[in-house]
Amino acid sequence: MSTLQLTLLVLFGVFPLLYLRSPKRPKLAWSYLRGLLLTLACIAVLSPFVWLVAAAFKDRSVMNEYTFFPPLDKWSSETMNLKNFRRLFAGEMSVKGMVYYWQYLLNSALYTTVSTVLQLFFSSLAGYALSKYDFRGKRVLMAFMIGSTMIPGVLLLAPIYKMFVDFGLIDSVPGLLLTGAVSAYGIFLFRQAIVSVPNEIIDAGRIDGCSEFGIYFRLVMPLVKPMSAAFCMFVFLAQWNAFFAPNIFLQSQNNLTAPIAVRSYIGIYQAEYGVFLAGTLLAIIPPAILFFALQKEFVSGLSAGAVKG
Amino acid sequence: MQGVVDLQSPAEAVEPEEARRRPAAPPRRFYKGKAPYVFLVPYLLLTSVFFIYPFLRAVTLAFYQTNGPRSKVFVGFENFTFLFHDARFHSALGNTVTYTLCSIFLQLPLALALAMLLNSGTSKLEVRLKGFFRLILFSPNLVGPIFVGVMFGVLLTPRYGLLNRTLHALVGWGLEQRWVDDPQLVMPALVLVSLWLYVGFNMVYFLAALQSVDKELEQAARMDGANAWQVFWHVTLPAIRHVVVFVVILSTVGSFNLFELPLALLNSTNGFGPDDSGLTVITYLNEVAYRQGDLGLGSAVGWIVAILIMVFSFVQFRVARVAENE
Repeated sequence: MSTLQLTLLVLFGVFPLLYLRSPKRPKLAWSYLRGLLLTLACIAVLSPFVWLVAAAFKDRSVMNEYTFFPPLDKWSSETMNLKNFRRLFAGEMSVKGMVYYWQYLLNSALYTTVSTVLQLFFSSLAGYALSKYDFRGKRVLMAFMIGSTMIPGVLLLAPIYKMFVDFGLIDSVPGLLLTGAVSAYGIFLFRQAIVSVPNEIIDAGRIDGCSEFGIYFRLVMPLVKPMSAAFCMFVFLAQWNAFFAPNIFLQSQNNLTAPIAVRSYIGIYQAEYGVFLAGTLLAIIPPAILFFALQKEFVSGLSAGAVKG
Repeated sequence: MQGVVDLQSPAEAVEPEEARRRPAAPPRRFYKGKAPYVFLVPYLLLTSVFFIYPFLRAVTLAFYQTNGPRSKVFVGFENFTFLFHDARFHSALGNTVTYTLCSIFLQLPLALALAMLLNSGTSKLEVRLKGFFRLILFSPNLVGPIFVGVMFGVLLTPRYGLLNRTLHALVGWGLEQRWVDDPQLVMPALVLVSLWLYVGFNMVYFLAALQSVDKELEQAARMDGANAWQVFWHVTLPAIRHVVVFVVILSTVGSFNLFELPLALLNSTNGFGPDDSGLTVITYLNEVAYRQGDLGLGSAVGWIVAILIMVFSFVQFRVARVAENE
């Protein structure tokens, strides 16, 4: 019997013991079982991350020797070092000269930031127009937007690709960024959030001589900050990890993003997988930081879409 | 477009309740100025260029055979008849459907179970730890499917992979299994990895729904002698049915769009897997449209995917409505 089996047997064995000790009030026993199951689920979820950190720093020679980290007494620059990262940043030849991994990270950061800002601005602006104004054509527009969310993006990619080829926009970063600059879904999210902003605030702004844009920018937007934070997080995650569209639209080596680069490294560094695992580790740090900073808004924003349905 | 594609929600289903919950601010009087139009200009411009125009083009493009983006020949329905007879497309469709069914009948029940475990804790410690557990279980979603595929490609290696070692220690099987090279094991591997990746995401939805279920209703049912299963089946589940439908549709759409995960996980076979055992419809689309350059055939595949998704979502809504009327 392995240690793992034994540990699990002992942990689960505690439950009937607790249960039998006070069968009339089994609350503690059930609490224990719930806690145990959830802890095991968390361990299952977290262990690949721990393994990833270990693998990024482990030397190639001991990669398969230890499942996670080497034991502390074996810990030295022979077993744990930065060689994987050094290899990763050493750069590779491309048509336009050397490209380094930090270039891909930088590209990802740039594209993600720009499209997050664009989406935040365009979606909230349109959401504001749809929630606080009554104007001709509004109903038709809303119906159209609902319909448009039903069409899978994958259907549109081929014609957009063709259009980009026709207009010579392939490999153009601004072109790629514009394809993801606004979404009907984002507009609906903002419309919902802004509907609950009191009209009095807007009226007061108008009386004080604020322009319509000023009302949106200075009065309404600060009031929907939590929603904006959640939305930014959504867009950031989606864009940072985006692969399909950038993979089709971008071509030259020094325009590529981190996911595309890491994937191409699988083939290049087949025998030294520590290298692309180090790249993966670096690529998941930025969203992780942002997520932990904004997690409260994010989780509430995530559920906002569904629960009210 | 590539933005929040996978977070698309049936927005209209969300609205009426919203309006009831927040009594504030009715829409304003008819506005005569230009402001709302100006505010909508960016959306209208971008949507005409990147939605309406491509959508119309997608309709016609599916009837052409293209060789690279520049040359095209009208072929009528030939793209579709080709797909109906193409064995590879059939296996791609079969794999995608299998994966979708696994997502719905394996992953979602597990997500719901986890959410119920989290939600049923009443002691002080459990309530305090709830947010922590939720955060941990959600965390794989921060990692994009490409990175997940890259990671698990190594985690699933025979003899040394973490999963192989764990399985061996747990049930004494699996140490030498070559997950990504064995046609029998490719699909289980994909399902397993997506379980790790998405179970927490769906759990967050279920948890939020469970938290809004009236506790007194459940207690009343229990007082009337209903057992745990009956309470779940007759009280809890009907109370969260809207979210269940929403999550099922979300999972279906997501499953039909499966592409990046197999692409990275099955990198040595270009995302196809041995004997096409991991080929999905989007991988197929990517192959014919962008690698072989037949955008027309790619559009035809896109249409089939789009129609399948819409039919499935419609059926879901219908089933939910029928269940509601009973």
